[in-house]
Amino acid sequence: MEDIKLIDDEGKRKDGRAPDDLRDIRIKAGVLQNADGSAYIEWGKNKIMVGVYGPREVFPKHLQRPDRAIVQVNYSMSAFSVDQRKKPGQGRRENEISKIISEALEKIIISNQFPRTSIDVFIEVLEASAGTRCAGLTAASVALADAGIPIIDLVPSCAAGKIDGQIVLDLDKIEDNIGEADLPVGYVPKTGEVVLLQMDGHFTPEEFEKAFGMAKEACLHIHKLQREALIARYPLEAGDENDGENADGNVDDNRGASQ
Amino acid sequence: MNSNDDSQSKRTLVLPGDELGDDNFKAGSGTYKLDGKIHAAQLGIMNISRDFINVISLSGSYIPKPGDSVIGIVIDNGPSSWMVDIGCPYTAMMHTNDVQWNVKYGEAGKYLKPGDAILAKVSSVGETKKTQLTMKEHGLRKIEGGLLVQVAHSKVPRVIGKGGSMISLLKQKTNTRMFVGQNGMIWLDGENRDMERASAAINLIDEKTRSTGLTEEISKFLEGASNGSPETDIDSDGV
Amino acid sequence: MKEIIPELKIEHIKRLAAGGNRADGRSLGQFREMSIERDVIGTAEGSARVKLGKTDILVGVKIELGAPYPNHPDEGMLKTTLELRQIAHHSFDPGQMKNRAIELSRVVDRGVRESRMIDMKKLCIEPGKKVWMVYLDIQVLDYDGNLFDAATIGSIATLTGARVPASAFGLGEDFPLPLSEMPISTTFVKIDGHIMLDPTATEEAVADARLTVTMDSQGNLRAMQKGLSGAFYYEEITTAIENSIKTGNSIREIIRSG
Repeated sequence: MEDIKLIDDEGKRKDGRAPDDLRDIRIKAGVLQNADGSAYIEWGKNKIMVGVYGPREVFPKHLQRPDRAIVQVNYSMSAFSVDQRKKPGQGRRENEISKIISEALEKIIISNQFPRTSIDVFIEVLEASAGTRCAGLTAASVALADAGIPIIDLVPSCAAGKIDGQIVLDLDKIEDNIGEADLPVGYVPKTGEVVLLQMDGHFTPEEFEKAFGMAKEACLHIHKLQREALIARYPLEAGDENDGENADGNVDDNRGASQ
Repeated sequence: MNSNDDSQSKRTLVLPGDELGDDNFKAGSGTYKLDGKIHAAQLGIMNISRDFINVISLSGSYIPKPGDSVIGIVIDNGPSSWMVDIGCPYTAMMHTNDVQWNVKYGEAGKYLKPGDAILAKVSSVGETKKTQLTMKEHGLRKIEGGLLVQVAHSKVPRVIGKGGSMISLLKQKTNTRMFVGQNGMIWLDGENRDMERASAAINLIDEKTRSTGLTEEISKFLEGASNGSPETDIDSDGV
Repeated sequence: MKEIIPELKIEHIKRLAAGGNRADGRSLGQFREMSIERDVIGTAEGSARVKLGKTDILVGVKIELGAPYPNHPDEGMLKTTLELRQIAHHSFDPGQMKNRAIELSRVVDRGVRESRMIDMKKLCIEPGKKVWMVYLDIQVLDYDGNLFDAATIGSIATLTGARVPASAFGLGEDFPLPLSEMPISTTFVKIDGHIMLDPTATEEAVADARLTVTMDSQGNLRAMQKGLSGAFYYEEITTAIENSIKTGNSIREIIRSG
């Protein structure tokens, strides 16, 4: 394994990227009918569908919080999403990722407007190729905005890592498998808060600093892609007729017809 | 949150996190305040009303306000109350005191059963969003017959139209009675064929992301497509 | 939580059915518009995304090495799994949906298996020891009725485009799955005495009874499944079979041309 070179003499990675290049990212908002909000993301070879339901009064009642909504994330991988078929059902890895994404989203959702409810986020990984938690979180906040759920900001997320001793952005599958470190980051541009952070491998404090800075820069770029996806979903024209008008005036008029 | 000319001339889509104004304004609905600045919390249209900045959401669930007229579906009943789905995050309650009938304790289920649709009004919304309905007003009642159509509650103003222009058009061209609940639930009543046309027109309004020229388009739709059967790939009439 | 269908909606569907009509404008024996997109998942040996009206299903097949069943030592294996997860509909509580998902996957599996669509003997590498295992996994992304047919169509489209990854295991060149038949299911519901093909979610919720008929390309029956607490008369079943032959042929055309 140690023979495989991940960065060639010209500084290019195996898929041709420079150290600070992201893979191609495409996001589409509003792709499902039943879900209250949804987003689909392709990130390199990753393909992930996210559906949001809620807020909705949560049962059993003991789960209710009198002062806010709870956020329940379910991250799950399809059986065919990986090279060797994954047995259906939630494993420990999926439980952990569900938990950290849920906690990241709780920080940005303005949840005190919906006491006693739950906001449910379903992240379905259809094809996995390293970086699914970052792609999942990125798509999840787009789906939340599509669902009209009040949030502080969209949360972009991206990993940086270390391969062949070098700090690089957005590890792909082979880099993730044999690289030396991985650092997924979820970052809120509005507030500068880090809402998701994990790391495994080996970094010096200086390397961490560099990797974090690289991930953060990438997050700012991904934030733009998130915004573009939502703008494409809700095309507006100047002079649209009625959107801003309040509906209060109609009631008497229409009740007359029903008598 | 009344509309005014500002909101009509300056229509901008805002996204969560967008900075909308400073502390000369107050944070209205769909916004939050951070470091003295007002920001959008929801995706929607910015609207300035007096000194409030609001975001009129383009998606998201209906949030009831006292006085709203709604259409609800009874989902359960207790001895002296009904639970009603009004398409918001919370199940609304209606007490047997809040209807025109004289309901004896334990007999709520005799008057309204799960699956029944009602015209009702939101009477109160509590601190933890407990929502109460009433039917004790002129015109509020159980709905019999007709058809229910659901649109996004944010599209209700479009179904109504400026000064009621759209709904008048719909009623007139389809010869259908209509009641538009502020929760996006719409009740139609008329001949089957007329209701189908009205329902198709309303679905068209719901699907359009832009409203430019919508009244004209719907007018054309109702004149042209008097028989709006959609195209399909496979048609076998063996059954 | 169970969904309550408004009484008005139920009445409306029944009223329309009495006149031979449906809420979405279709005739009673008409299938919805359908699209099939193949090879959408790179990690799968075959895949298809099927949109049947607003029902949206993703099917992927993984083909791996394994040991055969002792009673069929010279045959490959097929395992069909369907997941009804909550992304597709909020009422799809995993615990409550378990039996429904199992029934769906078993009906799809029976159609594929009983029609002998896959030549299982050609998937044997070393009798009693090593065979190809075909894992068909079906995921529902959006639910608007008739999962039986969407799942079967998605599975057939997936299998017809699938390749056995022999080279990855040092077993020669990759080859297409050895297939012969193309079974297609068609599902009917009975509402107030009226039989409707390809029900939407609301029609399914209102239905008294459901019937799935899976036929091969020769017009032979390969699997059937009656569901829900209502019942059918014999004549209704034979009429459904007649429709199934025609509809199945049209669907086969769409799969072949896709």
